[in-house]
Amino acid sequence: MSSERIKRIHGGRVIDPAVNLDASLDILIENGRIKSLINTNTDFPGVTEKIDVSGKILTPGLIDMHTHLREPGQEYKEGIENGTKAAASGGITSVACMANTDPVNDNGSVTDFIIRRAAEFGYARVYPIGAVSKSLAGVELSEMGELAAAGCVAFSDDGNTIMNAELMRCALEYARDLDKCIIVHAEDLNLLRGGVMHEGSVGTQMGLPGAPSSSEEVIVARDIILSRMTGAPVHFAHISTAGSVELIRKAKEDGVPVTAETCPHYFTMTHQAVLGYNTRARVNPPLREDSDVEAIKNGLKEGVLDCIASDHAPHARHEKEVEFERAMPGISGIETILGLTLTLVDDGTLSLIEAIEKLTVVPARIIGIESGTLSRGAPADITVIDMEKEWTVKTENFISKGKFTPFEGMKLKGRAVATFINGEEINIERE
Amino acid sequence: MTDELKTLKNKNLLGMADLDRDETELILDTASGLKEINFRPIKKVPTLQGRTQINLFFEPSTRTRTSFEIAGKRLGADTINFSASTSSLVKGETLIDTAKNIEAMVPDILVIRHSAAGAPYLLSQHLDCPIINAGDGAHEHPSQALLDIFTVREKKGKIDGLKLAIVGDIAHSRVARSDVMGFTKMGASVVVAGPSTLMPPEIERLGCETANSIDEAIEGADVVIMLRIQLERFETSPLPSLREYSELWGLNTKNVELTAPGAIIMHPGPINRGVEISPEVADGRRSVILDQVQNGVAVRMALLYLLTRRTTQNE
Amino acid sequence: MESEMGESKTVMDYGRIATSLDRMAAQIRECNPGNPDLVFVGIRARGDYLATRLADRVSKAEGRDIPLGALDIGLYRDDADKVIPEVRASEIPGSLEAKVVVLVDDVLFTGRTIRAALDALMNYGRPQKIELAVLVDRGHRELPIQPNYVGLTVETSVVDKVEVNMSEDGKKDSVIIRKK
Repeated sequence: MSSERIKRIHGGRVIDPAVNLDASLDILIENGRIKSLINTNTDFPGVTEKIDVSGKILTPGLIDMHTHLREPGQEYKEGIENGTKAAASGGITSVACMANTDPVNDNGSVTDFIIRRAAEFGYARVYPIGAVSKSLAGVELSEMGELAAAGCVAFSDDGNTIMNAELMRCALEYARDLDKCIIVHAEDLNLLRGGVMHEGSVGTQMGLPGAPSSSEEVIVARDIILSRMTGAPVHFAHISTAGSVELIRKAKEDGVPVTAETCPHYFTMTHQAVLGYNTRARVNPPLREDSDVEAIKNGLKEGVLDCIASDHAPHARHEKEVEFERAMPGISGIETILGLTLTLVDDGTLSLIEAIEKLTVVPARIIGIESGTLSRGAPADITVIDMEKEWTVKTENFISKGKFTPFEGMKLKGRAVATFINGEEINIERE
Repeated sequence: MTDELKTLKNKNLLGMADLDRDETELILDTASGLKEINFRPIKKVPTLQGRTQINLFFEPSTRTRTSFEIAGKRLGADTINFSASTSSLVKGETLIDTAKNIEAMVPDILVIRHSAAGAPYLLSQHLDCPIINAGDGAHEHPSQALLDIFTVREKKGKIDGLKLAIVGDIAHSRVARSDVMGFTKMGASVVVAGPSTLMPPEIERLGCETANSIDEAIEGADVVIMLRIQLERFETSPLPSLREYSELWGLNTKNVELTAPGAIIMHPGPINRGVEISPEVADGRRSVILDQVQNGVAVRMALLYLLTRRTTQNE
Repeated sequence: MESEMGESKTVMDYGRIATSLDRMAAQIRECNPGNPDLVFVGIRARGDYLATRLADRVSKAEGRDIPLGALDIGLYRDDADKVIPEVRASEIPGSLEAKVVVLVDDVLFTGRTIRAALDALMNYGRPQKIELAVLVDRGHRELPIQPNYVGLTVETSVVDKVEVNMSEDGKKDSVIIRKK
């Protein structure tokens, strides 16, 4: 077909943090890429399709850089097809998925499998994160070169922590050579003491073993030092404590190449959510105290915490409806990450453009992908948000197979109503 | 004859946290009334005749289970013991499934002990049958606290205003948590003490104080409860040795003199002679450890009576 | 307390009760002359007061202490579905093995209380003989039970209330029938 097909997305308010843009503009898309942004009233001949998004917000397709899609091996919990469908429902157009699958993504063939499955069945772009160590065992380095060549955007042993500092040093230097960062799940496995929740007054009352904040902080401190030593970039996953925020703030001041993310549950909930042995609130790292929630919010506001990710961790019923100590930790978060992030705009912690930044350009930069902006020539990945839409979190309506979240029943305002990838609308049933 | 229809508020007894002072007193008074049955030639009354009591013990315990079993049998109930090692839990059945299968056999009351804190709460959300918590992980052991309170009331006449000390591995002790809550509710002041490595954070929020040594804790105490110390359960040992524990934290003939005149010594059992308590003190004049065991049966009879009969009344 | 509805009639006053108890004590002594195995057991409530008064009379007359006990039959009642009786301890002096037990209650009505008491007594040993002494027999038996010693037999209607007051409870000794 020689005639150009130009799509016009009309009547929305465009927010693109990458270029500090917040204006009522229409988007022109050609061949799956952003052609230009023009005035709503300006005519443009040659538009073959016009989509009206009056009253809505248009952002670069949202990026969730920390998810668990559970494929290969644990498709009963989610799977790539269903997980990306759930992501689209949540307004997400790109996800990075962690390596703790079965088999572990510690070699090129697993990475390749994930990429092909996503290409065939996915409702969002999928960027695999490869394992740092073989089988996530923290003993031997995985073939990170092969993983990178196969398409991994970063490396992480998420789910586990590399306890051997020497191995971590080698991993950092090795990854630096490949120009990829290592994403650190910070939990000192010994200090954890089998903790199933935060170590504090609620844990004492409930007779549950607790993981102290220091179990996260000692690894954050260690890896900041190793990052400084090696000059290799480190990204801290799911930061949950005030102490970690402090350490990262100081590290950044000193010019250490670290970045950090946090998850919505760490800026909205505390260990009180566990009372009654509520396994919906069982997550690693655990929900902490009011002072930690405050610190996380400040960290986001000041930019010490660079971005927000869901750590989408779906589990089946028989894995959650058990004794608290035996329940699998994890929150099904991909369908609520946007709504919960918008609560930070609601309470004044972040401006709207700052909030969107943490879900677009920043994660894009950290994992080194093209998306995250609506600048000319960028892939036309767009999220359409209805900021007025009020909705209640009901897991029975979730597309995700993961029906366990402590946010069950919560009322939120602001929801994605459409996503576009390469200019094509992703068709899923929306509530 | 006037019958008083006093009853417990909840259909389950899951923890001291759920009982108010009136309910605690009802249980104690009922236990008082039932205690003499244990001394008759024929130790049986027909009040729970035809009722089925199932003891679901997912954690081994001969003593508590035997105590509940005797209590039920003396009230005339049919008691059945179900222990995890012989059950399908080993075959991968979930706790809820196991309990529901048992419930399908229509028991009148379940007594549950489990190593996971909160297990009885989980079951109470899925079962209709009344449940008594016989110990869940490090969380609560309400029947032990109740028999402790009963023993103190029997020996000292009252609880209000007494000074109580609990010494040992507080962090892992469900008995300590239940005792702190129960005794403070009844008007005693409680102080807990033990090695810092075994002290949970912010325990004061449960209503007690903390002391830095056993001497500080038991000085002037009217009641001392010593807890069992177990090292086998720890991966990284919080204590160098039992010998050192005994030196620094054990109750012996020397420091026991710091207690108030007329003080009584208690222990939930089984005791480690020579570790947390010296043989002389365990067998000494202040020790009421065996009374505790005896009262345990009476208190458990009271719980079985009040909870089984409560359900009947409301049907 | 006056009943609002029907009439009330005092069928026994302080004097009459005392006389009846004197007679009953004498009858008991007559049937069990000098018996060393005699034991009085009163059914709570008020049966225990009456048992004490009877035991006192016999003790004085015979110049020896007569063993006395109190029985709580809450755990033996057969109307379990309707009430949760408060539990109080029974106090039985020693074993009742081979003893002659005079079971004492204030009012004999359907007989169910006595049946429950007989069950309870059996748990304290196998008595040689059990006799029943009641202050008032008001008829309407539902079980084949009869007293050996009676203070007063009265005709009542099933819906009447028979109220026994005793000084041990701080009231004046009396037996009052309250008609509905």
